[in-house]
Amino acid sequence: MTALDTPTPLRPTIAPRSRPGTGRVFAAVLRRDLMVTGRELWVILVQVGLTPLFMLFVFNTVLGSQGLVGRGFADVFLPGIIALAALTTALQSVALPLVKEFGFTMEIEDRLMAPLPTGYVAIGKLVIATIRGLLAAVLIYPLGALMVGSAPWRPAGLPLAFVVALLGAWIGGAIGMSLATTLPVQRINVTFSVILTPIIWTGCIHYPWPRLSSVPWYQVVTALNPMTYVSEGVRGALLPGVPHLPGWVCLTVLTGVAVVLTWVSVRCFSRRAIQ
Amino acid sequence: MPSRDGPAVVEVHDLVKRYPRADTNAVDGLSFTVTPGEIFGLFGPNGAGKSTTVGILTTRLRATGGRVTVGGVDVGRDPAAARAQLAVVPQHNNLDRALTPRQNLVYHATYHGVRRREAQARAAELLERFGLTERADRRIEAYSGGMAQRLMIARALTHEPTVLFLDEPTNALDPQTRLLIWGQLRELRARGVAIVLTTHAMNEAARVVDRVGIVDHGRLLTLDTPTNLVRGLAGDALLDLTVTPAGGDDPDAICAALGELTGVRKAERLATPTGPAGWRPGGGGAGLAGVGAGGAGMLAALAAGAGGGRPGAGRLAALAGAGLLGRGGGAAGNGGRGRLRIRLHLAGEAATLLGPAVTALAARSAAINAVDIGEPSLEDVFIELTGRQPR
Repeated sequence: MTALDTPTPLRPTIAPRSRPGTGRVFAAVLRRDLMVTGRELWVILVQVGLTPLFMLFVFNTVLGSQGLVGRGFADVFLPGIIALAALTTALQSVALPLVKEFGFTMEIEDRLMAPLPTGYVAIGKLVIATIRGLLAAVLIYPLGALMVGSAPWRPAGLPLAFVVALLGAWIGGAIGMSLATTLPVQRINVTFSVILTPIIWTGCIHYPWPRLSSVPWYQVVTALNPMTYVSEGVRGALLPGVPHLPGWVCLTVLTGVAVVLTWVSVRCFSRRAIQ
Repeated sequence: MPSRDGPAVVEVHDLVKRYPRADTNAVDGLSFTVTPGEIFGLFGPNGAGKSTTVGILTTRLRATGGRVTVGGVDVGRDPAAARAQLAVVPQHNNLDRALTPRQNLVYHATYHGVRRREAQARAAELLERFGLTERADRRIEAYSGGMAQRLMIARALTHEPTVLFLDEPTNALDPQTRLLIWGQLRELRARGVAIVLTTHAMNEAARVVDRVGIVDHGRLLTLDTPTNLVRGLAGDALLDLTVTPAGGDDPDAICAALGELTGVRKAERLATPTGPAGWRPGGGGAGLAGVGAGGAGMLAALAAGAGGGRPGAGRLAALAGAGLLGRGGGAAGNGGRGRLRIRLHLAGEAATLLGPAVTALAARSAAINAVDIGEPSLEDVFIELTGRQPR
């Protein structure tokens, strides 16, 4: 088709724009999520606090007072709860908003239209999810200690616990993003239950992994769950006296899983964003 | 193809898009260009491929073949750089609900590298220009459809794009908002922004678009100025006749007979009207309700007398004198059964064809129930090219 009768531009003053720097755009996209996160701090507190604190209360205070659970259980359990808060808070804080933003409101389009490779928008989401997960882990530590009346305290182990929780949160964010960008909206609820429940209950939150040698098949199952390495890593850092997986094993496995899941989740996000 | 006035800011060359597991191409070899300061209308029925085309131009869809550049940037090769050149106003409300209206503008600008202080100044100016200053710091949920649409256009302008894409920009908006939006688009055109818009409100858009491309089945059917399209395809005038054929007469034969009259480019049957006067071409026209076959002579004489001036759409006098009316609106007489609506696309004045048409109908003893005269519109061109079947 020939374009005839092309009108004369009246006053063409708009010159093609130069592309802004990637770092600057990435920071702007991140800033928006940080601002929203800051405003939703109380939501994170509720998200973080309820399930783990109830678990602590029932397993330690209720069952402990009935003599069904030993006195040292709280010390073993609290590191698991910190690990659980890091991973699941990150998972939820990226998955649920993404389902909404991609599925119903399409709010994310504005950020997808920023002059930035789409993968960076996905990485930004993972960064925010990790921050929220870490925030949850940091908050649950003193809250849990208050709940059970004591907590393992070993300053030398805190850096390792922090790195493990960070990797756990990053992995949780990546799992959440992969699910939210690939599953049909109508199946998202049931899938979360199907995925989250085994993550929690086979993640060595309540028990040290080496002691599962009495149930070998279950020990193998738990070894397939990245949550196990987060729980064991935090527990080992805070309670070196309790049998646990070596820290280097936890860090190696978690780094490997984080690399693979980052690739998978960014790919899922990009495929959803650009068809 | 670059225009004669400078390089195009949108170039689409042999664009092809086939979705996975699809049997046919959604876009099938599309080519067109848009120059700075031009408003380009991309029209087509639902599923014609226009949204896919805009999706590829705005980097949200990946092309299967062909080449697309926006602001001189190859969209396929460097989508991030292309996004710096363009802005999109979608049909659905995709405003960021976690932010206030003002923050929507400020954050959008910063996503495009505008410094925060400058972004805030631009946001304030745009909120003022779109009449949203007073409601700039409320929740987005409190916004009406028109306000959300204005805010989305304002947001698109915060980073001063070279090309602005709008999908149904005035859909379901009140006349005041529509006027404001069309006015703003004219202003942007004057500043050299290229605008690509898709809409079904073609007759309204025809007043602002410089060129129109009509697509169907992924192909460009035509590309020209609205005036040239209307003149070239739909003819100079339309004459709609509602008639009741004589018993046993074949409706298609009546249509064919009218189509053979000198000055008629095409005759087509329309759906039977439901109201007393029926649909009127070009948004207005003359109504001659309930003229029986016996009144044909008088009608022809009137038509001959009125042949001096070319009637404009919606301005033709209604010839509804009591003497002309046969049976007080034939619709009531027979309940509309057996009626036939025929549209004649004319090469010249409608009034000069009225007499011969009435004579031809009288010769077949057909009763005329209504006559409507009007000017063809862009929508008529659209229907002519893409058919009447809903998609």
